[in-house]
Amino acid sequence: MPIIEDNTITADTFLTGIWKENPVFVMLLGMCPVLAVTNSVINALAMGLATTFVLLCSSTLISLLRNAIPKEVRIATYIVIIATFVTITDYVIQAISLELYNALGAFIQLIVVNCMILGRAEAYASKNRLLKTLVNSLGMGIGFTIALLSLGSVRELLGNGSLLGYSVFGEAFQPWVVMILPPGGFIVLGAWLLLFNWLKERKASLALAKEGGLS
Amino acid sequence: MTHPAAPERASSLSMIITLGGVAMLSGLLVVLTWQLTLAPIQENQRIMIEKAIFQVIPGAQQRRSYRLTDTGLEQFDPKVTKAKKTDLKFYAAYNNEGQLKGIAAEAAAQGYADMVRLLYGYDPDCQCIRGFSIIKMTETPGLGDKILTDAAFLANFDALDARLSDDKKSLKNAIVTVKHGSKKNLWEIDAISGATITSKAVGKAINQGAEKLLPKLSPYIEELSQLQTLPTSQAEAKQ
Repeated sequence: MPIIEDNTITADTFLTGIWKENPVFVMLLGMCPVLAVTNSVINALAMGLATTFVLLCSSTLISLLRNAIPKEVRIATYIVIIATFVTITDYVIQAISLELYNALGAFIQLIVVNCMILGRAEAYASKNRLLKTLVNSLGMGIGFTIALLSLGSVRELLGNGSLLGYSVFGEAFQPWVVMILPPGGFIVLGAWLLLFNWLKERKASLALAKEGGLS
Repeated sequence: MTHPAAPERASSLSMIITLGGVAMLSGLLVVLTWQLTLAPIQENQRIMIEKAIFQVIPGAQQRRSYRLTDTGLEQFDPKVTKAKKTDLKFYAAYNNEGQLKGIAAEAAAQGYADMVRLLYGYDPDCQCIRGFSIIKMTETPGLGDKILTDAAFLANFDALDARLSDDKKSLKNAIVTVKHGSKKNLWEIDAISGATITSKAVGKAINQGAEKLLPKLSPYIEELSQLQTLPTSQAEAKQ
């Protein structure tokens, strides 16, 4: 039975990952790296880029092979493909900077089990053509990176008084150390989720009010 | 209840071919990346160790790797020969005139999050620790990593007393980390308030490392003190 593919690529294909289905703020996927490595902007950025790279590469390969993979072994195949690109990323980061590698710790290897990537493979790459998958994955990756950066910048700013290592508030600032400790991750994530849901609800209620006014 | 149109099961052969093919492709990609990144990674590691050695030993300009085995002192190249677990490895650092400036060795102790691995610099002239540098730690940023930036803490290592006892079998005074503000002796380390556990890990690591290495090393200091005039190509150090 041939799968009917919708091949139109719209702006939404790309933007859905950044806003409507943002992997962190809307779908709440991949929480482990989100909470663990966002204690500074540079760590968040490196993690976001590494995840985006793995997501793009694995989606590409899975999309290309989508008709050849029997569905009984699809998850195993996806995991092998994802693990391959994670290992490659691991080596490349070591070659770029050992300091960065040490800062990210075990979380590079743990990209393998980032459910956002497997989710994309299962829900999107295995059903769509290459170009569409690439556009969508890029959007998702950027959305993930933006989310990590929004956490990382707030936590570094409040917890260390700096951004990207440059002091912002000067010497007199007493940093909120809790922000760079694990609880800070939860607090900041909670605050961002509150903001996003409030925006969404407001939009919905505005739309409803408009509808009510018209009728 | 049966499915009206149960999809056909893929044959075992096609499953094996798919998994085998993907695994082979995966192996190929990983090996390729490993080969390509091996040289830069080793270079990074060398630079990191070298930077750490020159940081903990003021005035050092070149270094050699040594190990103390059951039979005695021996120079070795860590890239070629693998040291045994019982070997005590250390680096001897010299200035350009070939004078021994200090000994650097690795040590580790449990910190707040994980093991704190560090490299400490020992000065045989004053029999004291001149500094340390972190090789790997996962201490809390902004708290535990103050041990690298806190000026008052680093001042402990201007000349941390590591004299040997009279029988040269152990340290005369164990190096200990004491509560912030209560340092009285030269062999004590004044902890950073708010990062006490990490400060203690530094003290413990240095104490354990020095206790093990320094008594065994002391008979060889004389031998090490002047760099034998080897042709420069044999010296491991690169400028």
